[in-house]
Amino acid sequence: MISGAEIMVKCLEQEGVEIVFGYPGAAICPFYDALLDSDIKHILVRQEQNSVHAASGYARSVSKPGVCVATSGPGATNMITGIATAYMDSIPIVAITGQVRSDLIGRDVFQEADITGACEPFVKHSYLVRDTEDLPRVFKEAFYIATTGRPGPVLIDVPIDIQSNKVKKFSYPKKAEIAGYKPTVEGHTRQIEKAAELIKSASRPVICAGGGVLTSGAKLKLVEFAMKTGIPVVSTMMGIGVMPTENKLYLGMLGSHGKRVANRAIHEADVIMICGARVGDRAVASPDQLSVRSSIIHIDIDPAEIGKNVEATIPIVGDMKSVISHLCDIIGDYHVPHMWEDTTERWKQELFRIPPRFDGCVEPRSFVARLSEMLPNKSILVADVGQNQIWCANNFRIKEGRFLTTGGMGTMGYSVPAAIGAKFARPDRQVVVVCGDGSFQMGMNELGTIAQNHLNVKIIIMRNDRLGMVRELQKNLYDGRYSGVFLDDETPSFTKIAEAYNIDSAYATSNEEAEKYAQEMIKSDKPFLLVCRVSPDTPSI
Amino acid sequence: MKHTIYILVENYAGVLSKVTGLFSRRGFNIESLAVGITTDINVSRITIIADGDEYVAEQIKKQLNKLIPVIEVKILKDYVSRELALVKVNCNTSSRVEIMGIAELMNAKIIDVSTNTITLQITDTSDNIETLVNLLRTYGIKEIVRTGTVAIERTRGK
Repeated sequence: MISGAEIMVKCLEQEGVEIVFGYPGAAICPFYDALLDSDIKHILVRQEQNSVHAASGYARSVSKPGVCVATSGPGATNMITGIATAYMDSIPIVAITGQVRSDLIGRDVFQEADITGACEPFVKHSYLVRDTEDLPRVFKEAFYIATTGRPGPVLIDVPIDIQSNKVKKFSYPKKAEIAGYKPTVEGHTRQIEKAAELIKSASRPVICAGGGVLTSGAKLKLVEFAMKTGIPVVSTMMGIGVMPTENKLYLGMLGSHGKRVANRAIHEADVIMICGARVGDRAVASPDQLSVRSSIIHIDIDPAEIGKNVEATIPIVGDMKSVISHLCDIIGDYHVPHMWEDTTERWKQELFRIPPRFDGCVEPRSFVARLSEMLPNKSILVADVGQNQIWCANNFRIKEGRFLTTGGMGTMGYSVPAAIGAKFARPDRQVVVVCGDGSFQMGMNELGTIAQNHLNVKIIIMRNDRLGMVRELQKNLYDGRYSGVFLDDETPSFTKIAEAYNIDSAYATSNEEAEKYAQEMIKSDKPFLLVCRVSPDTPSI
Repeated sequence: MKHTIYILVENYAGVLSKVTGLFSRRGFNIESLAVGITTDINVSRITIIADGDEYVAEQIKKQLNKLIPVIEVKILKDYVSRELALVKVNCNTSSRVEIMGIAELMNAKIIDVSTNTITLQITDTSDNIETLVNLLRTYGIKEIVRTGTVAIERTRGK
């Protein structure tokens, strides 16, 4: 005989899961008990939301699904923001929650919450398991759904009696058979041919690359395609890292907080190839205008994205890697006209400017740029949300590493837990967080997780004692009437907090100091917290 | 513009709320909804009448297709549709015959009679039901209950 909880653990083992991020509670105890007899590592986070962010950071760093666990009621509801973030950012997550006893569901007993109901808008799919016998099928389907097609979070809610009940034997299905789920992988050949013809006729083509390029592992193929044809590339926030920043074809991030030349390229293009991007409002203010000026090739694995925000001349539904490979094969010796090449090369020169400095402060944009030179090639930079995110997105020179941030949802407090996940996934790489003093205070409880696991995660706090992004918005759009954006000056002392966790730290008030400490930080094999004093008047862009 | 949408779904608890939740979440307006099992007891068929332009219809279809328990979605173009209504009308000895006449005219059935009420059953298109209701209004409608529209595609050709 085997219990439901043991089956759950075996399912995870069958899926090759090596690590789960979680927080226990009464309703998930049978699972936690069974987990003790497995090689799967459990990382105790300090709040359930962070278990999902950590799983997200993990998933994005190794191209495997992230797994997180919480108990019923408040444990599960705390997860919601994490789940919603993973949904908006299209990250493969399997979230497991305990639930009260099946026969008590609906009676508002202690720590009961209808979590499948509450998460409905933010999950790719969810299950409330009603029978222990269903567990293997449910887990098989959950992992299949989370990782295929457009990835996303899947929630499995398991009542405590379903975990404790015993059944005769465990057998894991080889395949998930779901009548209503057949993601398209191969792009339509005729459509791809049409796209190639359109590109060949283009005089000012541009590639707009989104997170889908990274998700599908199409990064190198896209670089190959761009290099072969000379088509310049702009990226969305989620697409940062699709090609090294220094590549002569890369024109930066587009959008309201992006690079001027990237927006100009999109504006002047006659053919735009949108790859794995939903073209949200932050990327293009009025996406419906795009198709008026130019022809659009829109490649996405999610058919619902095509035609949602921007009208496509040639829609292609399929996996990015296979579509781009196909395009590479049939594009022939097309090369962008010299005029366009010259223009974009000139723009590339304008990509980076040297920003003015403020006395007694670190200039964050030039520091981030400098930091990218100091870090090893494959480092993972995790940016939070706010001005710090924009500073990083526009100034970090990415090489072969990753830039992780929540571009879709924009959840403050993402960076520290996500970096924890990334570090567990890639212990061999430098993992560096850049956050603001606002966003840090939303995730700083995870210093506990970092200290406990001796995780070599580096944290850089851009401190301006303000909620800088909102303040900037109020400055520009609300006549400088600042409302609710002031954090306490110099309180708390982040270095003292670091000390409480036995984490080394430093405080920098100039770029020279910041660079010196960053050097120390990079050399150290221990966690490190670097606080940079930043002027509140430093603009985002 | 009204769209008649046919949705085939797996039949288990919570599926209907997934479908209707999607409509409200994305701001698509449901005008009527009907659901029942098919020849396969594991599969239910939902008919939804929704309002919106072509863009909305296309988005509804694509978003519904993303729901895992949804097996098939079609926006019906060439179809026959029916709904059912039960109408309880006030009557007296003199108006009863008149109402029976209206019932006969509109192909409605009388399914319950009392000294001062008469209940009609009609299965017809939405428009014809509307006509019947209008005709009965002068007598005083005590209660009315209508199902959602169900629709099936026409078969053309031989």
